[in-house]
Amino acid sequence: MSLSNEQIERYSRQIILNNIGGKGQEKLLSSKVLIIGAGGLGSPAALYLAAAGVGTIGIVDSDKVELNNLQRQILHSTKNVGKSKAESAKERINNLNSDVNVIPYILRLTSENILDIIKDYDIVIDGSDNFPTRYLVNDACVILKKPLSHGGIFKYDGQVMTIIPGESACYRCLFPQPPPPGLVPGCQEAGILGVVAGIIGLMQANEVLKYLLGIGELLTSKLLIFNAIESRFRIVKIPKNDNCFVCGKNPTLTKLIDYEEFCSVKKR
Amino acid sequence: MCICIRIPTPLQKITKDKSEVMGKGKNIKELIENLEKDYPGIKERLYDEKENLRRFINIYVNEEDIRFLKGDETEIKDGDEISIIPAIAGG
Repeated sequence: MSLSNEQIERYSRQIILNNIGGKGQEKLLSSKVLIIGAGGLGSPAALYLAAAGVGTIGIVDSDKVELNNLQRQILHSTKNVGKSKAESAKERINNLNSDVNVIPYILRLTSENILDIIKDYDIVIDGSDNFPTRYLVNDACVILKKPLSHGGIFKYDGQVMTIIPGESACYRCLFPQPPPPGLVPGCQEAGILGVVAGIIGLMQANEVLKYLLGIGELLTSKLLIFNAIESRFRIVKIPKNDNCFVCGKNPTLTKLIDYEEFCSVKKR
Repeated sequence: MCICIRIPTPLQKITKDKSEVMGKGKNIKELIENLEKDYPGIKERLYDEKENLRRFINIYVNEEDIRFLKGDETEIKDGDEISIIPAIAGG
């Protein structure tokens, strides 16, 4: 692939960065990133990755845009309330950059469909809003050895980690099991400050760009924690767990788990 | 002996909205027992019915996860920073 004059102009401010250059830009344009959830985390991640010229962006979301999403989900606009989030995301991204091939998936991920959807992507961003999906995504990425950027938010707090299956700790090395239903409130009950979603979603985009370009240091086997009230970032270690039942030495997970079957997670 | 414990947002209801509290004890188990006296209800958020630490909340001594040290028998000393970090799912 060679860059057109228009592309050289569009991406000039990053092409001139050492570590990127024309080669790096070509890499981005031929990269495929899957974003799970076109919500608070997926919105900033998708916009910045699209602006940077990531060539293919898949967006998974089964929901429709609601007015109460717009306080943080900056992919969507008032006129798209009621429209599918994946479609709304595609429209917004293509207005920003028509180089990007956006593939919308208007569906909910399950143990039946997830492997097929993620298999063709270079890396996955988890911006989902519930534990069943998060554990399903982690397990599927480990099975397919697909790199995964994990991000989670709650009120004023955010967490980010990058998972390179086989090399670094997975989400279950950090938290082996999801909480039982009802013990941990979700965004809709707890609230969330929009900028926390922005900051964490962009940390995920940053991890993805570094992975695709093969530069810098990733947040692997580390958890970055952000608190907006104190403007404080901290990093703790996540040792790769040899006894992890998904990515450990003797993994016992034989079949993907749909936690919804026994978790009564409140759906929007 | 006073040790600083960082409380995550989801547990701050119990600590009267404080993000940082002081505690004491020679190990994590003692620290949590003592914490329970000042902030009743915190222990059951950290331990399940079988007195095992819950598997979706981690406790760190400085930047080390106690699951990979000696669990709640992990010894602590003055000046250590203890962090409680729960899984959060919002997106």
